[in-house]
Amino acid sequence: MHGNEIIALYVFVLAGFVGYQVITRVPPLLHTPLMSATNAISGISLVGSLVAAGADYGPVSRWLGAIAVCASTINVVGGFMITDRMLKMFKRDVKIEKTQ
Amino acid sequence: MRELFIQATYLAASVLFILGLRGLSSPVSARRGMNYAAIGMFFAVVGTLLNAEIITFTWIIIAMIVGSLIGAAISIFMPMTAVPQRTAISHMFGALAATLVGVSEYYRHFHGAGVGMDTVHMAALGFEVWFGSLTITGSFMAFGKLQGFIRSEPMTYKFQNFSNIALFFLTFAMFVFLVVNPTAYQVFYGMIALGLLIGVLLVMPIGGADMPVVISLLNSYAGLASAATGFVLGNNVLIIAGSLDGSSGFLLSILMCKAMNRSFRNVLFGAFGSSETAAASLASAQEKTVRSLTVEDAAVQLGYARSVIFVPGYGMAVAQAQHAVKELTDEIEKRGGVVKFAVHPVAGRMPGHMNVLLAEANVPYDKLKDMDEINPEFERCDVAVVVGANDVVNPAARHDPSSPIYGMPIIDADKARNVIVMKRSMNPGFAGIENELFYYPKTFMLFGDAKKTLEKLVTEVRRLD
Repeated sequence: MHGNEIIALYVFVLAGFVGYQVITRVPPLLHTPLMSATNAISGISLVGSLVAAGADYGPVSRWLGAIAVCASTINVVGGFMITDRMLKMFKRDVKIEKTQ
Repeated sequence: MRELFIQATYLAASVLFILGLRGLSSPVSARRGMNYAAIGMFFAVVGTLLNAEIITFTWIIIAMIVGSLIGAAISIFMPMTAVPQRTAISHMFGALAATLVGVSEYYRHFHGAGVGMDTVHMAALGFEVWFGSLTITGSFMAFGKLQGFIRSEPMTYKFQNFSNIALFFLTFAMFVFLVVNPTAYQVFYGMIALGLLIGVLLVMPIGGADMPVVISLLNSYAGLASAATGFVLGNNVLIIAGSLDGSSGFLLSILMCKAMNRSFRNVLFGAFGSSETAAASLASAQEKTVRSLTVEDAAVQLGYARSVIFVPGYGMAVAQAQHAVKELTDEIEKRGGVVKFAVHPVAGRMPGHMNVLLAEANVPYDKLKDMDEINPEFERCDVAVVVGANDVVNPAARHDPSSPIYGMPIIDADKARNVIVMKRSMNPGFAGIENELFYYPKTFMLFGDAKKTLEKLVTEVRRLD
C-alpha cells in the first residue's frame, strides 16, 4: 500500500469528523448561508483546475482545465459574495439591544 | 522551498476554512468567519499559481475573469427568493469542475504517451467522474424545477425505480471494471454519459417540497467529488474542503429527512405527492366547509391581539410577501402586540430558506424561532397567521396514521386561540394532502395573493384606533 494514500485517507476522515462537529453547531437560522459558504469553500477545486489549465499537459487538458477554472471561480466569487450578502441581512432587534 | 511554501498556504487555507465554518455557529461571528474563509481561499489560489508546472497564465486569467464576472453578477442581481436555484446551479458548477479535472487527468495519463495510473488513484478518479457527472445533471434538474422551466411535480412512469436502480448498479459495475482495466476508454466515457443520464432520472420523480433534501444531498455529492479530486491530485486542501462540504451536505440532508419523518430511500424513490394521493384526499374534502373572513375582520383580530405568531411557508416566497409581512409585524407591534415567527426546518425549498427571506425584509433574527423552541408558545398565542404554509401545519401528522405525512414533526399552529390561514385557493399543497386545520372552527381562511392581502391588512390595521 502507498503511504501517501493512507495519509490522504486519514486527512479525509478527520476533516469529515471536524466538519461534522463544527456544522452541528450551526443553528437552523443560518442553514442557507452555511450551504452557500461550504459551496464557496468547495470552489477550492479551482486549485486543481488551475494546474490543468496552466501546465503543459496538451490542448485537451488546457481546454477542460480552463472551463473548470471558470466554473469554480463562479462558485468561489459568487459563493463568498452571496454568503456575505445574506449574512449582512441578519440583524438583531434594535429595541432588545437598547433595553439590555 | 517553493513546494514548502505552497503546502504552507494550503495548510493555512484549511485552518481558515474550518475557522470560517466555526464562525457560522452564531449570526454575530458569521461574517468575520466568512472573511477568514475568503482569505484562506486567496492563500490557496496564490500558492497554487506558484506551482512550477504552470507555464502559461493566459487561459487561467481569461477563465478567472469570466468566472468572477458571472459569479459576481449572479450574486449581486439575484433576488433573495432565488437562493435555492442559485445553490442548486452552484452544485452543478462544482461538480462540473471536479468532473472536467477528472477527465483531463484521465486523458493525460491514458491517452497517447500517457504513463498510466495505479489502482488507488484510478479508483478515486473513477469515483470523481461517476459522482461528478450525476451531480452535474441532477443539480441542473433541481435548478430547472426551482426556476420553473422544468415541471416541479414529480414525473413518474412504470418501472421507474427499478430502471433507476438498475442503471445505478450498471454504472457501479463500470466503475469497478475501470479500476481493474483503466485503459478501457469506452467504459470510462460511457460511465460519464450514463452518470449524466442518471442525474436527470433521479431528480425527475422528486417534487418541489422535497427539494431541501435533494439540494442537501447534491451538496454532499459535489463535496465528495471534490474530495476525490484531492485524492487524484494528491492535494490535501482539496480533500479537506471537499470533506467539509460533503459532511455538511450529508448532515443537512439527515436533518431535512428527520424534519419530514422520512428516509432517504423514501425521498429518492417515493415520488411523494404524485397525482394519485392528491386525487384520493381531494375526494374526501368535498363535504366539509371552510370559514373565510374579510380583511377588515382579520385586521381587528390582529390589531387587538397581544401575541401573534406567523408561520411562513413556500407560498410567502412565491408571492414575494416577506416585506409585507414585516410591515404588518411593525403595525401590530406599534399597537403593543408581540410578534414571533415559527420556522419549520423544511419550510421553503432549501434548509433555512424562510430565515433568509425574513432577514432580507429586516425582521430581526431574535424573532425567528425554530420549531422546537416556538411550539410550546402556541397555547398562549392569540392568533397564528399561516402565510403560504400547508403541510408543516397539518395536525393529521400528529394523529392520523393513514396520512402520508403521519409522524412528521409539525408547527403547532392549531393550538393557538385563533388561526388565520392565507392561501391562494383551496388547492392542496405540494404533497397533495388535505389539511384538516383549514376546517377547524377556530380557523379562518383569507383567500387571495398573500402579498396583496397582507398589504390590505396593513392599511386596515392602521385604520384601527
